Parts: sequence; structure tokens; C-alpha cells
Amino acid sequence: MSEPNLRKSPAKFSIPALSYRVWKVWRRNFDVFLKTIKVNFLPSLIEPIIYLAAFGFGLGGFIPAINGQPYVYFLGPALVAIAVMNGSFFECTFASFVRMYFQKTFDAIVATPISVEEVVAGELLWGATRSLINATIVLAVIGAFGLISSPLFLLFPLVAFFGGLLFASIAMCFTAIAPNIDFFNYPSFLFVTPMLFLAGTFFPLTSPTLPPAIQSVAMAILPLTHIVNISRGLIAPGTVEPILGLNPVILMFVSIAWLVAVTAFFFIISINLMKKRLTT
Amino acid sequence: MSREVLIEAQNLTKKFDGFTAVDHINFQVYKGECVGFLGPNGAGKTTTVRMMYCFLPPTEGELIISGLSVRTNCRQIKANVGVAPQEDNLDPDFSVIKNLTTYARYFDIPKDEALKRSNAQLKFFQLEEKRNVPIMALSTGMKRRLIFARALLNQPQILLLDEPTTGLDPQARHLVWDEVRHLKKLQVTIILTTHYMDEAQILCDRILIVDHGKIIEEGSPTELIKKHVGEEVLEADYDDALLPAIKDAFPKAHVERLGDRLQVFSDLPHGTFENFIKNHRLQNVMIRSANLEDVFLKITGRGLREE
Repeated sequence: MSEPNLRKSPAKFSIPALSYRVWKVWRRNFDVFLKTIKVNFLPSLIEPIIYLAAFGFGLGGFIPAINGQPYVYFLGPALVAIAVMNGSFFECTFASFVRMYFQKTFDAIVATPISVEEVVAGELLWGATRSLINATIVLAVIGAFGLISSPLFLLFPLVAFFGGLLFASIAMCFTAIAPNIDFFNYPSFLFVTPMLFLAGTFFPLTSPTLPPAIQSVAMAILPLTHIVNISRGLIAPGTVEPILGLNPVILMFVSIAWLVAVTAFFFIISINLMKKRLTT
Repeated sequence: MSREVLIEAQNLTKKFDGFTAVDHINFQVYKGECVGFLGPNGAGKTTTVRMMYCFLPPTEGELIISGLSVRTNCRQIKANVGVAPQEDNLDPDFSVIKNLTTYARYFDIPKDEALKRSNAQLKFFQLEEKRNVPIMALSTGMKRRLIFARALLNQPQILLLDEPTTGLDPQARHLVWDEVRHLKKLQVTIILTTHYMDEAQILCDRILIVDHGKIIEEGSPTELIKKHVGEEVLEADYDDALLPAIKDAFPKAHVERLGDRLQVFSDLPHGTFENFIKNHRLQNVMIRSANLEDVFLKITGRGLREE
């Protein structure tokens, strides 16, 4: 056989070749979403209202202003950022795993001209879309409570989509290695829940009672920190924290750059890991 | 007469973690042919079929479908291949009709055309009444039929049927067989795996018997029967006392004990056994034509296989 060694490992690492077909996979999930929209809609509407009531208006009454702003203004944009994280993370772990493992939906699709890479990419884009939808609902809720103070909030859906793509890609890496669905308890409790509280969401990372090192750690390894920074900058600019002593505008650009780079990295890694799982 | 080769495997091999599921096999399938892959569980049938639609990449060797390599031209290959897999991978999130139209969309079939083809398939496979029913509400037989219907949406040149009639009642099996015969008339090339020997004997032009990842025998059903088991089989309850008489009457016949039954295979013309059963006391005697199941059991042995 000629050149057998070159061709023996079809699952080797590569930049995925994608076509318009990823949108057919996206469309399949979108169609299912539309069918079940009532069940999907309500939780994402109720959850932020509960957080706002409990922490923003309840606990917030006892909290002094942050950067001269009432606490609830500080919290509002963080809730939108949390919706970005939850939307795609849970879509691309539990929901993707069910489609892949129990429903064998991916197996059915890859028997058509759509490739494995495109199936995974379609799932990731759909996860990002879930983030976009969820975050937009939360944005409307905090808007209704008068917590939006900049017209730049109109740009947020874009951030929600690309931020969602990051969490989708990270989630898909876990899906690629998950032996069973219970496995997702690990990333849920060890990754998502800590971030929910520790990424400058409910309390400022620049709080004088915290060691300054926590700012570097959050900026380096907690993706939600960056979504929160951008979210505050676009929705309530007065609440952006001077993390690492950076000026708010510079901080936002640092966060955008971090997101772009890390998203690209995990997007490619997750597709490769899934391809390895599904084709060997 | 030169026939167009549509599928060609050269030293095709698939290994999983050191286990060799398909072991350097070579075969050709001609256009319009129906070829049956028979083999015990774990013989490598499904793995071979999965390589044909790029679901699994070969570890070694080459597999050419319509002149295209599965290593480099998956997209074009899959556009012309219809797949009815063994397991149920219908989309449980959709109704019956939406399963078909969504699947057609994966092939870039325009919406109107997709609906037209989907309705035609539902009609043929007698699933029209179930049009708007969720997949969960279908019986196993209906699901198998829907999977077959779905495999035809792209009007494939090559159809891969992996155990298409497992779990079907006789009526549904005949429906599937009718459709296979109809597709053969349309010159569709069909690869069929099955555990039902009567099905393979009726539908297939050629049989490949695989075991332990290798093709161990090949030929048309009648050729294989003639070659391995002859013409006729005498079956009766087993009795030690009979053996000498049988040996005496049919010195060249192959005699086999299957549980408490005795089988005598003869390649002499039909009617050989008539006199013998008149003159000997045999319990529950039966004379029948040799069939593919005899061939299969003879070649692959009678031991049970676990997956």
C-alpha cells in the first residue's frame, strides 16, 4: 500500500472545514425549540426576576453604592451575562449529549452530505443562539426595571452570541469526553456554579476586603468575568469595575480580545475532540 | 459482458483499539446488483456497511464507491447513498412527516420536492395515517419502515440496508421485500445485511459470508447451496440405530446431528430419499430442499456468538 501512514489517522487534529450546512443542523434545533417555546421561555424569564428581587432589591437595600451606583444597577448587567453562560453551557452539555448519545441524532445526520464537523459546529452555533435568546429575555427584564443606562445595550445581543459560542465550545469539550450524562455534574458544580458567584457578578472583584490577586485569577481563567465586564460597559457603564487598575474602556477591549482568542481556541478544540469521539 | 463496478474494497480493514473488526477484505459490487452480507453477530457486517457511508474511516486499505474514495470524497458519496441503519435513529423530537422533511433538508432537497417525496414514501410504506404522530407512538415495525422510507428520500444510486426486517411482522417484511425488488428493477445497487436466510435467498443476487472480519465464501444463493449442501435434506428424530442404514444407502452423503434431530444432505437428484423412508422407521420425518441456512450453519459453525 502506498503512503499508508499518512492516511491511517483520519482523526488527527485539524482546523475544521465547514460549509453552509452547519445552518441545517442549527435549523433542526431551532425547529425543535419553536415547538417547545413555552417550556423554554418561562424559566429564562422568571429566574432573573427572582435574582433581582432577592439580591438586587432585597439584599441590595443594605449595600452601600458601588462606584456611586446603587447595587441593583451593578447586579443587572451581571444577570444578563449569567444568562449568556447558562444558555449555551447547558444546551451543549446535557441537551447535546442527549441528541448524540440517546437519540443518535448525530448518527442520522452524518449519513447525509453533512459532516461530523458541521454537526458539531451547528450544535455550537445553536448553543450560542440559546445564549442570545436567554440573554435578550433577561435584558428585557432588567430594562423593564429601569436598569439600562446606555444605548450601547443594543450591541449586547452580539456579545451574547459570541460569548455564548465560548461557553458552548467549552461545554462541547466536556460532552466529547463524557462517559455518561451524570458526568456533567462535575463541570456544573466545579465550573459553572463557582463562576456564577465569583466572576465579579454579585460582588465587586475590586472589593477592598479581597486579596488583589483574585482580580488576576478571575481575568485569567474565568470567562464569565469578561462577559460581565463587557455587559456592564454596554448596559450600565458607570458600574464597570477598575479591575487590575484598568480604565473601563481599555478593560472592555482587553475582555473582547480575551474572548475572541479563547473562543477560537475552544471552538476548534471542541470540534476535534467530538470528531475523535464520533468517528473512532 | 463487462459490468460497471460500483463498490470496490481493496484490503479494507477496520481496527478498534487493537481488535480487528474487518480484516483485509476484497470485494466488488456491480451496478444494479443486490449483494447480501451474511455472518454471525460480530462478524464485521455492520462495520463494513458503516465504512461505505463514511460513518467510520477505514484503518487500512481502500474503499471506492462510484469511483470515489471514502477517504476523500465523503460528501459526494453520501449524496448518492441511502442508509437504513440497524438501530433506531429517527428524530424523536419530530413527528413522522417532519422526520422526513428535515432529513430531506440535510440533502439540500427543495422544500416542495421534499414534501412531495415524503408523502409518496409515507403512502408506499403505509404510514399515511401516522403522518403527524410523534416517533415515540410508533411500533417497532413502523419505525423500521420509516427508516427505510427515509433512506430513499435522496433517490439513492446505492442503498445500504442493515438488517432492514429485524423485528418486523410477516406483512411488513413482504412490504420491504416488494420495495427491494422494485428498487432492483430501477437499477439501484443494494447492500443488505440480514440474519434471515430466506430473505437473503429471495432478494440477493450474490451472497458474501463473513466471519471474524473476513469473507469466507462468496456466490449466488443457488451456487452456494449446490456447492456446500447439495440438493435435498432428509430430517428425522435422531436415533443411533439409523446411522448404519444411512451410511449404507447414501455413502457420499453428509450426515449431521443437530440437537435431537438428524440431517442427511444429499447432492443426488430430488427423490433420492423417497425409497429410504418407505423402508425404514423414522420419526417426524421431513424431506426438504437444501437452503441457505444449511450453508450458513455449515460454514460458520453452530456455536452461539455473543456480540
